Amino acid sequence: MATVELRFSALPEHVRTARLVAAAVARRSGVDEAVLDEVRLAVGEACTRAVGLHQSGGITAPVKVSLIEEEKQFSIEVGDEAPRIAPGDRVPGSGGIDVDAEEDEMGLAVISGLVDDVEVTAGEHGGLIRMTWPTTPPATALG
Amino acid sequence: MDLSLSTRTVGDRTVVEVGGEIDVYTAPKLREQLVELVNDGNFHLVVDMEGVDFLDSTGLGVLVGGLKRVRAHEGSLRLVCNQERILKIFRITGLTKVFPIHTSVDEAVPATD
Repeated sequence: MATVELRFSALPEHVRTARLVAAAVARRSGVDEAVLDEVRLAVGEACTRAVGLHQSGGITAPVKVSLIEEEKQFSIEVGDEAPRIAPGDRVPGSGGIDVDAEEDEMGLAVISGLVDDVEVTAGEHGGLIRMTWPTTPPATALG
Repeated sequence: MDLSLSTRTVGDRTVVEVGGEIDVYTAPKLREQLVELVNDGNFHLVVDMEGVDFLDSTGLGVLVGGLKRVRAHEGSLRLVCNQERILKIFRITGLTKVFPIHTSVDEAVPATD
């Protein structure tokens, strides 16, 4: 089970909450202080993308964020419930500029630029972004 | 933390001072401000980001949108930013090549390239 799990209505105002919670749990799990800004930004991007997918798809289900503390690593999974249409349904270059798709791609570009270990999967029941960072266990006071 | 916006005129430039967090929730306010300035005939903008604590791709999208608008009027959009964590996102996305980024408002205002 995830260390901390968060479900929020797909609204932009809750993305900040997800960032704050993710950064707090990451810090506690031993993610390096210098990397916390990246964690905050990456989880924000993933949640923003999920909110956008739910809103444009009229999906009322919440966005799910799982914060998972494991041995020597910390993972964040951001899941959406937007079913992916088969490739080819959206024809590139047909009609006007697809602003949503552009922003979606920019968010993913930021995530892949920030996080070395990232997996993006999507299927008919929704998508999942899993991001992992190494952790250093806190030094024990007594050896 | 919310977004704070204030504008002032310095010579023929309009300086937009932004503070707080620019994300999917607050970015529309910044977009409205930039659109309003351009609609009112302010085509040379300096966006001062020294007070910004957080910026994501939604915020970048708004800045790119602002740049498109001013360029349509032969204008300019310059950024002021010294914060490494904010500059990093411009670097990752390649936008350091798109925006002139200055270290101070005093440097950005007279700049012409």
